[in-house]
This record gives sequence, C-alpha cells and structure tokens, in this order.
Amino acid sequence: MPEPTVKIHIRDLHKSFGPKVVLDGVDLDIAPGESLAIIGGSGTGKSVLLKHVIGLLRPDSGTVEVDGVAVERLGNREITEFRRKFGMSFQEGALFDSMTIWQNVAFPLQRLTKMSRKEIDERVKECLDMVRLEGVEEKLPSQLSGGMRRRVGFARAISHRPEILLFDEPTTGLDPVTTALIDEVIVDLNDRLKTTTVTITHDMESAFRIGDRIAMIHKGKIVASAPPAEFRHLEDPRVQQFIHGRAEGPLSDDPEPGRPATPGR
Amino acid sequence: MPNAFERFFTEMGRFVQLVGRIFAWTPRPPYDVRELFRQMVKVGFNSIPVVFLTAMFTGMVMALQMFTVLRRINAESFVGSGVSLSMVRELAPVLSGLIVAGRAGSAMGAELGTMRVTEQIDALEVMATDPVHYLVVPRVWAGTIMLPLLVVLANGVGILGGYLVSVVLMGANPVTYTDRSFQFMDLNDVLSGLLKAAVFGFLLAAIGCQQGFYTSGGAEGVGRATTSAVVVASIAILLADFFLTRLLF
Repeated sequence: MPEPTVKIHIRDLHKSFGPKVVLDGVDLDIAPGESLAIIGGSGTGKSVLLKHVIGLLRPDSGTVEVDGVAVERLGNREITEFRRKFGMSFQEGALFDSMTIWQNVAFPLQRLTKMSRKEIDERVKECLDMVRLEGVEEKLPSQLSGGMRRRVGFARAISHRPEILLFDEPTTGLDPVTTALIDEVIVDLNDRLKTTTVTITHDMESAFRIGDRIAMIHKGKIVASAPPAEFRHLEDPRVQQFIHGRAEGPLSDDPEPGRPATPGR
Repeated sequence: MPNAFERFFTEMGRFVQLVGRIFAWTPRPPYDVRELFRQMVKVGFNSIPVVFLTAMFTGMVMALQMFTVLRRINAESFVGSGVSLSMVRELAPVLSGLIVAGRAGSAMGAELGTMRVTEQIDALEVMATDPVHYLVVPRVWAGTIMLPLLVVLANGVGILGGYLVSVVLMGANPVTYTDRSFQFMDLNDVLSGLLKAAVFGFLLAAIGCQQGFYTSGGAEGVGRATTSAVVVASIAILLADFFLTRLLF
C-alpha cells in the first residue's frame, strides 16, 4: 500500500458563534510528517480551526478528515478512540493545577494505555528529557515559569506517542530566548518522533523556524500557503503586511474582532 | 425581555443535559473512589463547623421564639416539640443546603470555571477523558451523600441548642422537655428531612458544576460563575423545598 499523501484533509469548513462568522470556508491539506505553521492575527479563527481538527468543536458545514475519517461524523465513543492519534498543547499549557508535573505527564498514559507504573515512570522521564526539563517531577505547575509550563504541556502531549501534534500558540507571551528554545523543541520533536505537526502562532519568526510550510489565515479563510523561503516573497499584500508587522494595510481595514469564546459541548 | 427568557431556557436545557450525562456516566468504569472521597471531605467534613454553628444558633433562637409565642396560648410545655420538629422537618435540611451551596457549590463553580477558561477541560477531552465523568460525577454524588449526613448532625445540634436555652435559660424541666422533644416525632419526619437534604445536595453540586462547566470570558466569567452557582442553587433549593414538602407530607 502506498504511503497516503494526506494526513489531514479540510474542505470548505464553516463555523459561526452566534452572528460572528469565524471560519468561512477553510480548505487545507496537511501531509504525513509535515510541520505546518498556521499564522494569522488575533481572533482570525486559528484556535477554532485547530479545535475542529481534534473534534472539540463541530463544524456548521464542511468536513475535516484525518486519515480518511470524517471527524464530524464520529460518535462520542469513537471520538475517544480517534483522539489517541493526537497530542495537543494548549495556549497556557492547561496543566492540571492540582496535580504534580509527574501526574500531569503520566495522565494520558494512565488513561489511554495499559502501561505499568515502571514503564510510565520511564516514559515520563524520557518525555521531560525531550523538552529539556529535569528534576521537576514532584513540583506543582504553579511553581514553574511560563516557558517551563508550556514545555510540560508538550511533554504531556507527546507522552502517549501520538501521530499528530497540535500546538496552540506555544510561544505567546514568552521572551525571545524562551521562544527560540520552544521553537527548537518543536522542531526536534517533529524530527525525532516523525509526527505530523500543526502549530498555530502569530509570531512570524517562530513560524519560519518551525514550519516546513506556512499557511496564513485571514477572515476565516486560508489566504496563502507556501514553504518558508517562498512565503517570505509572496506578493500578497496581506502576507507582506503580516511578515513586516505594519499597522497600515489590507489586514487593518476592519477593526479587530473579539476573540470567540469556547463554549462547552 | 426575550433575552432573559432565552437565557433561562438555555440554562434549563444545559442543566437537564448535564443531569442526563451524570446518570449516563455514573455506572461506567473507571470508578474514581479516591476522588469521590476527596470531594466528600471537601463538601461534607469541611462544612461541619459552619453547619454546627448554624444549627446550634437556629435551635437556640427557635427555643426563644417558641417560648414567647407558645406562652401566649399557655402551651410552653410544647416548646421541645416545636423546636425538634421544625429542625428535623424543615430548618436543618434547608439551612444546611443553603450554607453548603455557599461554601461548596461556589467552590465547584469557581474550580470548574477556572479549569474551563484555562482550557484544562479541553485538555481532559483531548486526553480521552470525559470531563463530566471525571469532574462532575464525583462532586455531585459527594454532595448527595454528604448533605444528609450533615443534616443528621444539624438535627442533633439544633435540638441540643433548644434544650440548652430552655433548660438553662428558661428554667424548663429537663425530663419533660426531652420527652416532649421526641413525643410527636416519628421516623418519617426524620427520613423526609434526609431525603430533602439528599435532593438539595444533588442540586447544589450539579448547579455549581454546571455554572463552572459553561463558563466563558476569563476571570470575570469565573466570578460570574461563582456567584450564579450560589444564587441559582439557593433558588433551586427553596423551590425544591416547597414542592417536596407539598408532595411528601
């Protein structure tokens, strides 16, 4: 059987919250093993897109297929099974603050696998090594810095060896040095674990460092998609405005819409 | 005001849905007994001092009031019956419910609300863990189990408070007072109070969790969730109290 060329296949994805249109026909294909960086301004629907891929949100119309399976058609039990493929890291880490770092990283292993306590111990250590943390197992999330918490979030996301890694704004609010370190960790994970990686960011430099390909989302649509070297030279004025961080231009025509809330299901 | 109506029915719909999910998930493994126990300590054990204090003073005040009122019809000897019956049937369950709603229901709203806005609830779902199963189920059953136990305590303490005021302060005869306290009480009075308490415990925990679970809008949202956890649960307890009293007795 030939290697499939599309891991994640998104077609004409629409999503609104009340009157506010967030995704307005997104088309996107992501190849296996690829590292895709999705960029776009605040409130352009980047996180919402990511949450559709893993089935945290259901589309109003359109489809998201992962390995040929339409996510929106999965029932509650199937989606549990489906999510084993994924590891996801959230904006602020989303660590469980009542648990130690060890318990956080071990959580998916205890819930998703039948590993023994010893195996889990080893795996937790290995994952923390991969994100370059040591000796933090017994600490609580509140005792770590922001950058360390993100990296614990990564360790938790990779601990059950997922095929697909999703990073939601991994570097937002961090200093440049920590940002560079986190970018390196992401590239490293993508190389070593051979995962398909989707990273959402509004940091151009990060996007260039992380991505095999960069896609830009604007007003709920993908408006550009190219490898970093080409992306830099795209003539689309929206891309140029974003790359150079100019206040004036086609992206600033509308006042920035507020960030949509994530309603529970 | 169509908005208020819409909100009311949205909330009701969510509540019914949440209760459905609670019952659907409860029988499914894994059973997190440790978490249930932890929540029972939080809801029940940690509420003992405040429930104790409330019941004690309520019993004492009831005795004072009953003396004043019953003296007018020359029926002071029935103060004991009045205090114990009103405690067991009505005051202990309702007051304990309201207090635990303020203590533990609000904490549930704040805790789950914070977990929602910091995406910890999304993280649970991503790691193939149903948040209702993991977070709501142990809290709700902890409330349902612990509130009746707190009411047993409140009953005893309230009756004791009435006894102290009557015998020490008002000079009632200890033996007659004690006799009268239990003379007209039957098992149903106690059991119906405990049943009420179980319903209130379920309500306050489910409502606290619901408010937290559907939080949006950052720190402000968590504040709102905490407030409405107490307000909505208190209203629900008062309403449920009326209908249960009407139905049961």
